[in-house]
Amino acid sequence: MSAPTLHAAAPAEEVAFYVTEEEHAHSGSSTMLGFWIYLMSDCLIFAVLFATYGVLGRSYAAGPSGADLFDLPLVALNTAMLLFSSITYGFAMLEMERNKKGMTLFWLAVTGLFGAAFIYLELYEFAHLIAEGAGPQRSAFLSSFFALVGTHGLHVTCGLIWLVTLMVQVAQRGLIEDNKRRLMCLSLFWHFLDVIWIGVFSFVYLMGVLQ
Amino acid sequence: MSSDTLAQHHGHGHAPGHGHGHGHGHGHGHGHGDGASHGTFKGYLTGFILSVILTAIPFWLVMGDVFANPQVTALGIMALAVVQVIVHMVYFLHMNTRSEGGWTMLALIFTIVIVAITLSGSLWVMYHLNANMMPMPAHDMRGMP
Amino acid sequence: MSTNPDFWSFVFGRLSWESFPFHEPILVATFIAVALGGVAMLGALTYFRVWGYLWREWLTSVDHKRIGIMYIVLALVMLLRGFADALMMRLQQAIAFGGSEGYLPPHHYDQIFTAHGVIMIFFVAMPLVTGLMNFVVPLQIGARDVSFPFLNNFSFWMTVAGAVTVMISLFVGEFAQTGWLAYPPLSGLEGSPGVGVDYYIWGLQVAGLGTLLSGVNLIATIVKMRAPGMTMMKLPVFTWTALCTNVLIVASFPVLTAVLVLLSLDRYVGTNFFTSDLGGNPMMYVNLIWIWGHPEVYILILPAFGVFSEVVSTFCSKRLFGYTSMVYATVVITILSYLVWLHHFFTMGSGASVNSFFGITTMIISIPTGAKIFNWLFTMFRGRIRYEVPMMWTVGFMLTFVIGGMTGVMLAVPPADFQLHNSLFLIAHFHNVIIGGVVFGMFAGITYWFPKAFGFKLDPFWGKMSFWFWLIGFWVAFMPIYILGLMGVTRRVNHFDDPSLQIWFVIAAFGAVLIACGIASFLIQLVVSFMKREQLRDVTGDPWGGRTLEWSTSSPPPVYNFAFTPIIHDHDAWWDMKQRGYTRPLHGFRPIHMPKNTGTGIILAGLSVVFAFGMIWYMWWLAALSFVAMIVISIGHTFNYHRDFFIPAEVVDRTEKSRTALMAGE
Repeated sequence: MSAPTLHAAAPAEEVAFYVTEEEHAHSGSSTMLGFWIYLMSDCLIFAVLFATYGVLGRSYAAGPSGADLFDLPLVALNTAMLLFSSITYGFAMLEMERNKKGMTLFWLAVTGLFGAAFIYLELYEFAHLIAEGAGPQRSAFLSSFFALVGTHGLHVTCGLIWLVTLMVQVAQRGLIEDNKRRLMCLSLFWHFLDVIWIGVFSFVYLMGVLQ
Repeated sequence: MSSDTLAQHHGHGHAPGHGHGHGHGHGHGHGHGDGASHGTFKGYLTGFILSVILTAIPFWLVMGDVFANPQVTALGIMALAVVQVIVHMVYFLHMNTRSEGGWTMLALIFTIVIVAITLSGSLWVMYHLNANMMPMPAHDMRGMP
Repeated sequence: MSTNPDFWSFVFGRLSWESFPFHEPILVATFIAVALGGVAMLGALTYFRVWGYLWREWLTSVDHKRIGIMYIVLALVMLLRGFADALMMRLQQAIAFGGSEGYLPPHHYDQIFTAHGVIMIFFVAMPLVTGLMNFVVPLQIGARDVSFPFLNNFSFWMTVAGAVTVMISLFVGEFAQTGWLAYPPLSGLEGSPGVGVDYYIWGLQVAGLGTLLSGVNLIATIVKMRAPGMTMMKLPVFTWTALCTNVLIVASFPVLTAVLVLLSLDRYVGTNFFTSDLGGNPMMYVNLIWIWGHPEVYILILPAFGVFSEVVSTFCSKRLFGYTSMVYATVVITILSYLVWLHHFFTMGSGASVNSFFGITTMIISIPTGAKIFNWLFTMFRGRIRYEVPMMWTVGFMLTFVIGGMTGVMLAVPPADFQLHNSLFLIAHFHNVIIGGVVFGMFAGITYWFPKAFGFKLDPFWGKMSFWFWLIGFWVAFMPIYILGLMGVTRRVNHFDDPSLQIWFVIAAFGAVLIACGIASFLIQLVVSFMKREQLRDVTGDPWGGRTLEWSTSSPPPVYNFAFTPIIHDHDAWWDMKQRGYTRPLHGFRPIHMPKNTGTGIILAGLSVVFAFGMIWYMWWLAALSFVAMIVISIGHTFNYHRDFFIPAEVVDRTEKSRTALMAGE
């Protein structure tokens, strides 16, 4: 906590009981920690989905397995899209620190495009699987695959909606404190999603192909 | 001081000033020990390159059928995943022990512990439940007491 | 207009005239009573023209004190519904022997025990606990509000929305018949094709979101908004327990959310997580839901422990014994609560090695709780004990809860649990700890902090009546249940053939009637106290000789809590201030920065009820529209950057001066 200006209660007393020169530090000062705590709770949702995949991920019900279904080059491309989007968001943050509104918006837009590409490729993959009869209803393995990867994709989609909203707000009001704080929260969210994806491509795709 | 802060609040839509964040505007306005650390170009680039390498290797291990033993490959994939997560935490999420007076790190460690318990606990419990309780073919049942 | 059936089934989904229980007399009578009562209440509110006041001062309020009070009001209303379910069950089980089938057929009885559990846990106990923490914690740490006041408002209304969703099931459709945790495959689409389980799922998802956000809010508040000088080891014990409770909330509710999503996917999309075929595994549901479920019961009890710590030290006029060990015990309980969950399903078949591990951890977790009991007893030792009503609840808790805990340790032994699992012994155990622990704690807390919230004490006579009815009623109701459990009677059964069991059920029913008297006494207490409020008035702000910061404010506190943020020097900050000759500052007030009220929370929550209804009844257009509306309104809300204002210094000055006058007896 920052040091407030102290004021003696009365001239004779040495002990101060209250702060007289107030700082208005409270609005917004909890936001980063609060958002981080929310992210930790989101981590637990993914933990449950990973645990479910861990338990049910080999229950093929005589249907197709990961080795039969997963298109690793496509997954590699998708991973690249997400990784690129992470670094472009990083560039956006660097420009934000320098108060460069235009460049910030530019890098945010690029991030959004990479993110959209990721979602498009993932939807393409899902549609292909469903068309092949390997939809989420086919087996417990596929149910847990779609739930885990789909939840991640939903989070990325929410991130994209948030990104577009923030771009509008930054364009309208500039890089004010409130907007910077929001961009930092989205930054945490975006990188966190890339961390989850590391788990997904490692445990679901790569280990799913290994038998 | 009070009239300054009042003026900052009227009609600007600013968040209440931190008293010293406004004049600077060069990314140093975070003197409250909230420690929301920021990246540097070098940091992001390093993280990116490391991530690319740490992604390429496991893909290569699997697609190139590098090890005969799938257990070894699996171990490699998991180890590299853990390293890449740490790379992301450090270079992209700027994870450190000073942020928010150490509370961010504490929250992360607690979460990792709970995640570990959830994952390992579920796998252990379900393995035993499945071994004991899942249906057996009829001829095996005759051997049961 | 067309009579095209496809069009109508699109509009109404699976809702039809059969969904309304016209043929169930109990429900029809209930509906008439509720409708009449509702109309009367709405009429009165309109007649006295209080809608504007209610909307401005309460419904849109982001003030943690108002929100805390509203949570408790919600809980008390839902207590009436949940307890009505209990009375119905006790009556059925007292009469349904041999030839008599009772008056509740199985499909109705099953809904009642399911609703009883869901309502008592999610809509009585949780809101009581959350409401108390919301009201007290910012005051105890010297803050003006929680970290995220709007989120606080939203969390409250989402809890209400969950409650409303569950209540709708009483009159439209039906509720789940699966028990309060809705195990598959019974709760899957094949086992429960109707709307009941869907009401359950959506009610809990909506309320659960509110609870999770509340958890984030209170953790951030306690970490970031403490008054200067209040280090972690100078926090009041109630705030410590609140911190640990909210850590448990944040670390466990996501599990519930995820599991219910998986169940929903099974029911709506046809996935195979918990089905009996195509690779599904219903045991995984039980495993996951208890990973949530065990921390949940600690979420309920830790705040009660916090209340008892505050009450004991206040009414023994003594510093709490063993502050450090209390803190450590609470933290240890928090961590250990994640290592015991399997004891809820020892009998599912995981085998001796797994069962032994969890049996041992379960026994270990009783130790820190025992340490707490000793600390309270040592605080009482050589203290000047005043048996005000909160202290009576506390002593009642010590006797009742300890026995419940002991039966818990019995259940922790896997071989014993193989006999006792899902028997009435289990039912008696958890009611023992929840009533003796959580309910007694909440009544102690409500009585203790009531004068702070409203400016007058609760009438002690009716408080004592309520206490004795509850204490005696609990034992009369549940001793027979323990006995029946030891004799092998199973839970969730609506009819019995063995007539020798009947006497015990009759005694238990009588105990339930006594508890009903306890609840009635509490309600009478509220009315009588309001009528006698001038006699019971507290003008000092410190009616009990309190030790923590909330007692330094007026009763009720001003909207800004503290005109000046206090500086803390020691534990029991207010006691310390009193000892050191603190005098209230009387001038030099500054404008105070406060958040504005907002209607967005209640509107979003209302839309979530509509969304839930649409999903439950397969009215996809309604679900889609309300969902989109929620997104649009949420995003729109973020475009409002002017969410706060300043209370002028003159207003603060006036408020403080009127308090000075009040304290001087003018």
